[in-house]
Amino acid sequence: MPNYSSNPVLTIENFSIDYMAEQTVHAVKNVSFSLGRGEILGLAGESGCGKSTLAYGVTRLLKPPALVTSGHAEFHSREGYSVNLGELSGEDLRAFRWDKISIVFQGAMNSLNPVINIRKQLEDIFTTHRPEMGKKERRELCGDLLERVGVDRDRLKSFPHELSGGMRQRVMIAMAMALGPQIMIMDEPTTALDVVIQREILREITRLREELGFAVIFITHDLPLLLEISDRIAVMRDGEIVELGEAVELYTNPQHEYTKRLLSSFPSLTGDRGDFIRSGLLTDRDGVTGDARRSVGAEPDESGGTERSSTT
Amino acid sequence: MRFYVQKLMFYVVALWAALTLNFFIPRWLPGNPVDILIAKLSAKGAVTAATRHALELLLGANSQEPLWKQYLEYLGNLAHGDLGVSVTYFPQTVAQTIAQTLPWTVALIGIATVISFIVGVGLGQLAGWKRGSWLDNAIPVTTMLQAVPYFWLALILLYVFGSLLPWFPLNGGYDVYGATPGFNLDFIGSTIYYGTLPALTIVISSIGGWMLGMRNMMVSTLSEDYILTAEAKGLKPRRIMTAYAARNAMLPSLSGFAISLGFVVAGSIVTEAVFSYPGIGSALLEAVQNNDYALMQGIFLFITLSVLGANLLVDLLYAFIDPRTRSRS
Amino acid sequence: MTPVLAQGPDTVVAATKRAGVRQVLPSMTPKLASGLIIAGLVILFGVIGPLVVGDPNAIGDVGLSGPSGTHILGTTQTGQDVFSQLAYATRGSLIIGFIVGVLAMFFSAFFGIVGAYVGGFLDDLFSLFTNVMLVIPGLPLVIVMSSYVQQKSIYLIAGVLAVTSWAGGARVLRSVTLSLRNRDYVAAAKLSGERTWRIMLVEILPNLVPVMASQFVFAIIFAILGEAGLSFLGLGASGALTWGTMLFYAQNGLALRLGAWWWFIPPGLLIAVFGAALSLINFSIDEIINPKLRDQTRSARKRWTLSEEQLKRVSVEDVP
Repeated sequence: MPNYSSNPVLTIENFSIDYMAEQTVHAVKNVSFSLGRGEILGLAGESGCGKSTLAYGVTRLLKPPALVTSGHAEFHSREGYSVNLGELSGEDLRAFRWDKISIVFQGAMNSLNPVINIRKQLEDIFTTHRPEMGKKERRELCGDLLERVGVDRDRLKSFPHELSGGMRQRVMIAMAMALGPQIMIMDEPTTALDVVIQREILREITRLREELGFAVIFITHDLPLLLEISDRIAVMRDGEIVELGEAVELYTNPQHEYTKRLLSSFPSLTGDRGDFIRSGLLTDRDGVTGDARRSVGAEPDESGGTERSSTT
Repeated sequence: MRFYVQKLMFYVVALWAALTLNFFIPRWLPGNPVDILIAKLSAKGAVTAATRHALELLLGANSQEPLWKQYLEYLGNLAHGDLGVSVTYFPQTVAQTIAQTLPWTVALIGIATVISFIVGVGLGQLAGWKRGSWLDNAIPVTTMLQAVPYFWLALILLYVFGSLLPWFPLNGGYDVYGATPGFNLDFIGSTIYYGTLPALTIVISSIGGWMLGMRNMMVSTLSEDYILTAEAKGLKPRRIMTAYAARNAMLPSLSGFAISLGFVVAGSIVTEAVFSYPGIGSALLEAVQNNDYALMQGIFLFITLSVLGANLLVDLLYAFIDPRTRSRS
Repeated sequence: MTPVLAQGPDTVVAATKRAGVRQVLPSMTPKLASGLIIAGLVILFGVIGPLVVGDPNAIGDVGLSGPSGTHILGTTQTGQDVFSQLAYATRGSLIIGFIVGVLAMFFSAFFGIVGAYVGGFLDDLFSLFTNVMLVIPGLPLVIVMSSYVQQKSIYLIAGVLAVTSWAGGARVLRSVTLSLRNRDYVAAAKLSGERTWRIMLVEILPNLVPVMASQFVFAIIFAILGEAGLSFLGLGASGALTWGTMLFYAQNGLALRLGAWWWFIPPGLLIAVFGAALSLINFSIDEIINPKLRDQTRSARKRWTLSEEQLKRVSVEDVP
């Protein structure tokens, strides 16, 4: 278990972000947590809760009128030094980007430049950050990167619109891995893909993580997905982290009301039709404790012994 | 490959349309241009039956020949490069007159337009990149310059820089007395000197449009997802501005450039009128004044051909820069 | 001159979904206000002017003279009052501009929207026709056509200008209609059995209004400039008084060489001013079509409540 308290790779303390418009919006309120080396931390929450804003804020990608109003984020490199992310600027900031922390955006969408081919988009990472690299070596490496994520080498000459959504997402992952970062932030990487591809991508991510040892912050609204792959999960709501704990613990014994509601909102594969409740969980809807199943206006079932109640 | 064939076919159709238009216009409009033309030609020299026939084919006459036969003969003549004889420049043929005047126009207008496009798009790129800068506020000003009637501006500039402050010559394409045409330094220098003011007026009056279009597109493009990816990758700002933003933002401007080529040619007519520049536009105007229909038709045809050709080139260039067009058809 | 709308169709559609009238109208900015006021003043001059000034064609003995008490803008070389001429010329040019604007808009709407919506062979035909008309150079065609007719009326000039100017707009409208056609609410309307013409009128047309408005304004500018150019070349409407014909007479009377700026400058200046005002209006329309432009202007940024120091910090962090 990666030790996030004693040897973290990233610490975030009292981080707040506001949108300064005619009505100031507090997008992120006093968020604190740390990320262990090689840990997969899931960041869950509904749309607009601030999870992406937090990630962009930490990596200095926010655009005005968004502004970091307090707190700081510190990166602790495995080489022993620490960097205050808020104090980087200019050339240092630019050089730092992608090298230590990289981001995987939603590749299925518009995240790749439509008018230049894949090779050029992979290569310009190296021409910028590793200018001493030779042309041949660079090309080799780009091909290797693609193969590592399961994309054929001669896709290098393709353009983004010639690739499927799943392939584009893999290319985004390959790009993010290029410089061997210590943290990879993944912002809804599988949301726009169908479930079969989704599973493959997730397997790819966990495999690469085991091989290369980077930490992951996985942002998504899909909580059940996080339950599958994360070490710890943070649940965000209205800009605050309402619960943060290990995945199994969160699933079996959620503390916060909102977490419970979130968990119970996902349809279960088992149970009667019309059941919108996962088995084995408490709901606050009927105020009943214990290991009971409640259905919402469903037909009586043959298994018997379960109480019915309707929601009014 | 299929894409290129399709494009070519379109231009063949457009060319055919232009030729057909050229054939029918004199026949649709009132008047009997052939008689007028013959009368003028006779004053300058004997007119053979062959010449008369050629002119009739070009312009239409009350002959017994069926229309479709005339049309085919007309196309045949064109294929041989026979455009008729010019009244204004008699005994020169239309083809010769065009060959003489065309290079001047192409050089002046071509260079001026390309400069205007490059500088305009370049400035627009910078204006869009640095949001909210002073350059942004300069854009409405330069665009309003476009509303100024070109010839009015040109005349004023000519007056100021040709008469008041005699920095530039008042008319002509080169110093007729000082330099002799040919590939010598004197001549080339002279043409540049005489061409500067006309070119300048073209650039001033058209640069605003390019700037505006490009700047608008840059602003749109900068909020796209792939720009965020580029920033997160830590790429140098210069590279993001050019390879990521401008390369995408430029596309509509490029197709606009193709459309504007038609206007450019039109503009050349006015430019040459103002500056008495010996190009094809001046020849057209003289043809109109002299009822030199054959020359007029020939020039119209030629202008159309060049515009079609230029459009084709730009279309191909566009396909090269935006790979999506190649797969779209 | 380049088309103002050098943008992709998606920006147009993104901005005006199923918008109500209020959302489609531009917000009042200084740019829009000044544009409307200036244009309004010029139009007023053209409408009321001829009713109050004297006879523009009345010749006098005074010859070429500068502004004075009796002649606000001086006289031409035949003693005609320039100011009166200017009023009538304004009316003439505005008439041409308006006619061409309406005609061009009608043609481009027909060939662009109908073709794109109906699709299939009709679309291919209309689109081919539009592209060919676009590519054949306008002014030479106009010159050739008008050279065959000796006596040209204002209406002939307007017609010829309209015929050579609708093609650009048609192409833009076609691409916008194509992307609108595939929207969900159009599919819903089709499914519920609404007639084709009704769908076009109710669902698609309202979204095209900002684009068409912009094209209308642009067509007017183009028409006025085009007519001026034609008149300057001696091919304009014979006998009519427009800004263009005034400049033609001024040039022929060697106004500039003789230093008679009061004859040469005002018509051209009015063209420029009116054109500039229309451009400003077009800018505001552009900002509806592409809301991102609105958000990034200097005045928009002033509405942020960032402090001076915060703003400085933020603009340093900004990647550019």
